[in-house]
Amino acid sequence: MLITCPYCGPRDVIEFTYQGDGNRERPQPASQDLDAWNAYVYDRLNPAGDHNEIWQHSGGCRAHLRVVRNTLTHEILSTAFARGGHKTESRS
Amino acid sequence: MAEYSALSLLKNALNGNQDWKPAWRKPDPKASYDVIVIGGGGHGLSTAYYLAKEHGITNVAVLEKGWLGSGNVGRNTTAVRSNYLLPQNTRFYEHSMKLWENLSHDLNYNVMFSQRGCLNLAHTPAQLDDYARRGNAMRHLGVDAELLSVDQIKRLVPALDVSGSARFPVLGGLMQPRAGTARHDAVAWGYARGADRRGVDIIENCEVTGFLRDGDRVIGVTTTRGDIRAKKVALAVAGSTGRVMQLAGISHMPIESYVLQAFVSESIKPIIDTVLTFGMGHFYISQSDKGGLVYGGDLDGYNSYAQRGSLPIVDEVMSEMLALFPGLARLRMLRSWGGVCDMTMDGSPIITTGPLPGMYLNCGWCYGGFKATPASGWCFAWTIAKDEPHEFNAPFTLDRFYRGLIIDDKGQGATPRLH
Repeated sequence: MLITCPYCGPRDVIEFTYQGDGNRERPQPASQDLDAWNAYVYDRLNPAGDHNEIWQHSGGCRAHLRVVRNTLTHEILSTAFARGGHKTESRS
Repeated sequence: MAEYSALSLLKNALNGNQDWKPAWRKPDPKASYDVIVIGGGGHGLSTAYYLAKEHGITNVAVLEKGWLGSGNVGRNTTAVRSNYLLPQNTRFYEHSMKLWENLSHDLNYNVMFSQRGCLNLAHTPAQLDDYARRGNAMRHLGVDAELLSVDQIKRLVPALDVSGSARFPVLGGLMQPRAGTARHDAVAWGYARGADRRGVDIIENCEVTGFLRDGDRVIGVTTTRGDIRAKKVALAVAGSTGRVMQLAGISHMPIESYVLQAFVSESIKPIIDTVLTFGMGHFYISQSDKGGLVYGGDLDGYNSYAQRGSLPIVDEVMSEMLALFPGLARLRMLRSWGGVCDMTMDGSPIITTGPLPGMYLNCGWCYGGFKATPASGWCFAWTIAKDEPHEFNAPFTLDRFYRGLIIDDKGQGATPRLH
């Protein structure tokens, strides 16, 4: 499996560390909404098909990437810098 | 129905093996059943078997998308053990072990259960302490466990590199003598035949495409072979749990699916007569009766439903094998394959009523489902028949994650691929 790092170009998957599901919504640290915390920690979409994921190019530029990958074929559909890492609620 | 005995073997041998009857029927689905079990793997078949045998519920259909036993029951590395730390797991898997010990007699089908022991190798003093703790926890609950010295291990597995110059020198190990291996296909076939002859319909090539609902209640399934109604619908679909739950409108589960690879080498003379695990990585190995070494290691480290693995894990597993057995460097690998594992957030399974009315759920077997096959079906059948869990599976609820009651034997946290 090759992942195209936006900075380094196409590299073998062994250079990357999988950081899991990129769909999770992390509540604000002070949030006391237990359902939202439970959902963030334990609930997964786990699709058979296109999956939104976070990977780190740990054996290269160390950037965190948002990768869309098909879990049935292992085809990489898109890669981009993840910037904020896991999605966060907008801060006002 | 195919019955096996010394006499029937002799008779059929003299007849040129022309008169064997199929071990199970190929019925068309009826319009309705008391119980539908989705998934014709080890757990689904054992559930149907124990529903019929223990609870007298025989109006049961097992629906299988492909052919019987085409999933993980035929893809695993066949190890059976009950060497857990936490009491919830120990009690459940020890119940399974006791069912294993009588399974061939119970099914009148030789599942080739061989109690050759399972030895976990320790490579650091801290790991050895940890194994002593786990061994004591097991013995406390009546499970057999012995801490072995390097000399004892050397006598037991002469091919193992126990020298001080090994990459990770062996300091000792934890042995469960009653652990072992079984013939995985025979387990599926034995349960299938046992269920079939008690009246269960095993319906292959019948994929569930949706659920029939009456409000919230599940009242049946739509399939590629028509609609089938049932008072109770039970899921035992392992790696496909997420997909099937989505058909029921439940989009999120505390589960991620990963591929686990397994390997078998060419046949060689007997060199390993136990199940051995490496403590400084994730590697386990045993030798089949045909002589092939059967071994495996870590999951491929990303979500996958592909049922095939990637080369980096092949490389890693082989290097771990050579760290233990340098003498196997020129052994040739015969086959490798992958199965999809439903990894839960705490590494322990789910056997429960719900989450919808009329539905029953059995999933989350991570990569330890084979050894659980008898107890999983036994407990799931109890739960379906009585609408409440047996004490052995009462801790394995779906909502334990949200109630702070996780059963995390490894202490790994909510990162499924690390369990």
